[in-house]
Amino acid sequence: MNIRNEVTFASIRPKDGLTAALGKDRDVVVEEVLRSGLKGRGGAGFPTGVKWKLAAEAKAEEKYIICNADEGEPGTFKDRVILAEWADLVFEGMTIAGYAIGAKSGIIYLRGEYGYLRQALEDKLALRRTEGLLGDDVMGKKGFSFDIHIHMGCGAYVCGEESALIESLEGKRGESRNRPPFPVSEGLFGCPTVVNNVETLAWVAAIFALGPDWFKHVGTEKSSGYKLLSISGDVAHPGVYEFPMGTKISAILKAAGAERPKAAVVGGASGILVPAKDFKRAICFEDVSTGGSIIVLSEDRDFLDILENFQEFFADESCGQCTICRLGNVKLLEGIRLLKEGRCTTKHLQELCTLGSSMRAASKCGLGQASPNMFLSILQHFKGEVLGRPQADDHFVNKRKAS
Amino acid sequence: MSKEKQKTDAKMVDIVIDDKKISVPFGTMLLDAARQNGFEIPTLCYHEDLSRAGGCRMCIVEIEGQRALTASCAYPITAPINVQTTSRRVREARKTTLELLLSEHCGDCYSCVRNGNCELQTLAKEHGITQLPYGHPTEKSRVTETLSPSIVRDMDKCVDCGRCVRTCKELQGIGVFEAVERGFKKEITTFQDKPMAEVGCINCGQCVNRCPTAALTERDSIEEIWAAINDPNKHVVIQTAPAPRAAIGEEFGLDPGQAMTWQLNTALRKCGFDKVFDTNFTADLTIIEEGTELIQRLYKNLVQKDASAPLPQFTSCCPGWVKFIEHVHPEMLDHLSSAKSPQQMFGAIIKTWYAQLNDIDPENIVSVSLMPCTAKKFECNRPELRDSGLKDVDYVLTTRECAKMIRESGLHLPSLPPSDFDDPFGTATGSGVIFGNTGGVMEAALRSVLEFVTGLKVEDIFANANILPVRGMEGCRFAEIKVPDEVGPVPELIAHLVPNWDWLKGQTVRVGIAHGTKNARKILDDVAAGGFFSTCHFIEVMACPGGCIGGGGQPIPTSPAIRQARTDAIYKEDMAYGAKSVRKSHENPAVARIYKEFLTEGPCSHKSHELLHTSYWPRGKFIGSW
Ligand SMILES: Cc1cc2nc3c(=O)[nH]c(=O)nc-3n(C[C@H](O)[C@H](O)[C@H](O)COP(=O)(O)O)c2cc1C
Ligand code: SF4
Repeated sequence: MNIRNEVTFASIRPKDGLTAALGKDRDVVVEEVLRSGLKGRGGAGFPTGVKWKLAAEAKAEEKYIICNADEGEPGTFKDRVILAEWADLVFEGMTIAGYAIGAKSGIIYLRGEYGYLRQALEDKLALRRTEGLLGDDVMGKKGFSFDIHIHMGCGAYVCGEESALIESLEGKRGESRNRPPFPVSEGLFGCPTVVNNVETLAWVAAIFALGPDWFKHVGTEKSSGYKLLSISGDVAHPGVYEFPMGTKISAILKAAGAERPKAAVVGGASGILVPAKDFKRAICFEDVSTGGSIIVLSEDRDFLDILENFQEFFADESCGQCTICRLGNVKLLEGIRLLKEGRCTTKHLQELCTLGSSMRAASKCGLGQASPNMFLSILQHFKGEVLGRPQADDHFVNKRKAS
Repeated sequence: MSKEKQKTDAKMVDIVIDDKKISVPFGTMLLDAARQNGFEIPTLCYHEDLSRAGGCRMCIVEIEGQRALTASCAYPITAPINVQTTSRRVREARKTTLELLLSEHCGDCYSCVRNGNCELQTLAKEHGITQLPYGHPTEKSRVTETLSPSIVRDMDKCVDCGRCVRTCKELQGIGVFEAVERGFKKEITTFQDKPMAEVGCINCGQCVNRCPTAALTERDSIEEIWAAINDPNKHVVIQTAPAPRAAIGEEFGLDPGQAMTWQLNTALRKCGFDKVFDTNFTADLTIIEEGTELIQRLYKNLVQKDASAPLPQFTSCCPGWVKFIEHVHPEMLDHLSSAKSPQQMFGAIIKTWYAQLNDIDPENIVSVSLMPCTAKKFECNRPELRDSGLKDVDYVLTTRECAKMIRESGLHLPSLPPSDFDDPFGTATGSGVIFGNTGGVMEAALRSVLEFVTGLKVEDIFANANILPVRGMEGCRFAEIKVPDEVGPVPELIAHLVPNWDWLKGQTVRVGIAHGTKNARKILDDVAAGGFFSTCHFIEVMACPGGCIGGGGQPIPTSPAIRQARTDAIYKEDMAYGAKSVRKSHENPAVARIYKEFLTEGPCSHKSHELLHTSYWPRGKFIGSW
């Protein structure tokens, strides 16, 4: 399944992590997650232990663990691979999280397009119930009940954003919420809720199987452990790779067999563009952080085509509640088309740059804030290449096209 | 530091806004804290009556240490923060937002109903919008819906603030509007894009009151009314309700809370209306009819054990509420008083008794009413409200439209001399006036019923005849009024209905009041489930928050403070009647006269039923044509 190198998850024995975690006190579990240095693998990189601690301390009748399996970022497919190959680790991570914060239910918010995975996941969950790994008194641990069910997403990118995801779970329109309050204090149905990425939860199981120190010792100072990356684009061997945090982009591209790379899009459409001259930069939270996608662009690619494609995505996927994101993305798209046609005046380009920075600053959620990233980074690094296109109705151009 | 002081300190948070140190209670929203301390922060999707969406991004500010800007309207202050309300990023983002909004806003300010009172226009001015880098549409590309008898929806002027959505859901508990689709296709629309009239809209117009632009407006009747006035063959009369009189001054720049009742009479005559009547006359008549019906129902249920006309009796003078119950609890329609609303009673009387008295062909009468209400436009078109043989009320003018007509005539309302209403309905009472406030119909009814039953003066039971237990702004209210052990004789007017009052001696009358249909739904559901409110005898419901003073046809903007000021103006007007005339419906000499000369069989008799009572439609949740 396009797994291109050795992935730690393949070597973890199911139940090891869960057994170890349930043998400890709840606060010790939280403490060990903190000690491992694990940070969210969904993109934002928030320390998982801190999140759990806040949720564990919140007082409430009901709490929830949500596994964010909406994986909507263009170019990202590592969560799909994890769910297909090592779902039990994800379930274990959720169960450990439930134990740690005192939640009884876990929900997997599964990307609509991954519906084909659902049956296999349900079968595994059923098996776990018969094995006593879910349900009342999990693994004989008196008083700890936990179960997991699956909720299908419906194809909206914004529903991967945790507060929009929660709204969607509540049966409402997927629109992100104002924060504070954060989900750890008021999440699903107003209850303290931990939302974690699929990969984050799988790492939790691995951390308890192999110990927090094992994880802490891999990676960089502020980015512990390994990271799964979905690599695509102009490479010879697209697929999922595991690298220690802090690996240089050049090394990653080499492993994937990048073909005459001009730049790499790191972090999907919402990510940033790293030009070839910066390939010495490293994948980690201190440098170039990513939810898990690298798209390689070769010398033959036209940046404006790529931009147009990404911008169409945002113009479609904005939830529409912020004026600046809903309409700003449309105007950026129109601007990119003008650039392609060689009709964007420098004055308008200036306006579009102001628009981009305003979108970054003033949008409510990460979608709007990140949506102008690619536009702004391409203008920063490759201005010459996108300016000065021949005008589309240029007589000579048309003639050339016709012949 | 003393314990007490520590405690109060713990609840306060010290923050800095634009270098000014202030201390605010823990949890205060940043926008509120800023505004209370004199900082101007623009808003668009924010409205005092509604939940905070934080979507328009106009109220954004910089909070030190935060990467992105924060919507101040929805940011609770829980820790010391340092805030900048003006910075380059803030200024550019706000301006960009406005430029983007204008890039899809089709409409010319000078021909727009909201010209001069449009939040978008004001914001554009305040933010120095002089160029439109993203263009400005000159052709309409979205839906304009004119099928509702009350409300026009012009989506080319919609700014997607969602205030209508929240109004309808949060205040009214209905949910006619919802946002659909996402991205640039996102729009606010109705279920399956059906016309509003087909999706359970009750025409209350609360959305119109809270729309920042002219995307939602009332369906205008001004041209038709000018045409009637210009037609020498037409006798054009207008009745004015108390709530618009208490608010119309706001349209002329006055502070809320200054009633313009008497100046308005002059203005309307100058506009060309032949006669100006006071809706209070039929408000008083409504009280007699509805109060009598209540007595009948009480007698039947409590004495004759006949539940065919069940208790509690619900008021029926609010057309938004009537349509609401027709939709949500049609099985409870027999609780609704059959009495028509004051507007429709007046309509029926004008084209019958008034026409006879003055020897005018009812065909030539054009009957207009000035109402605070867009639902009244729907009501006057109800097919069953044609008891005079014609449409009983031809046109309804909202407060806003009326102000427009007055302005068109070149008049400045507050400067006009006062003048009185026309006869034969001239004299009204304070009871009619207070119909404009939530609890007012209840209070008016109680004033009369208590006097009927006890033979005493209400003033002897409640100081100044102010029945305070039924007043207030709480959404659902309940009160108990005890009938004294001593009762009086049955007054002649209703002697045909009950033999005596012995059965009411020492009884407690339980009454309920709700305003805003969200609250109405709570009460209805409770009554349906046999809960607390099912033990009431009489329940007043007004569809709009605050009652008619907060009606959907009232001046824009609206807020709790504005509605309170109007409410106070109404109670003041009621008190003024104490000095110069009467405050109780049954003491209204014009009412006595009509029962003597025209409705000779008395209240709730055959004739009054023909002209002054009506029936309802069990619409249910049916989505389709109204
Ligand atoms: C527009 C948008 C889309 C997102 N989509 C995803 C997603 O598909 N999967 C995911 O795990 N996190 C996604 N996130 C990040 C989540 O909001 C959240 O930070 C994450 O699920 C937290 O988990 P973690 O701490 O384990 O990374 C998205 C964020 C934004 C702003
Ligand atoms: S930034 Fe975009 S996606 Fe996020 S809340 Fe605003 S409109 Fe929705």
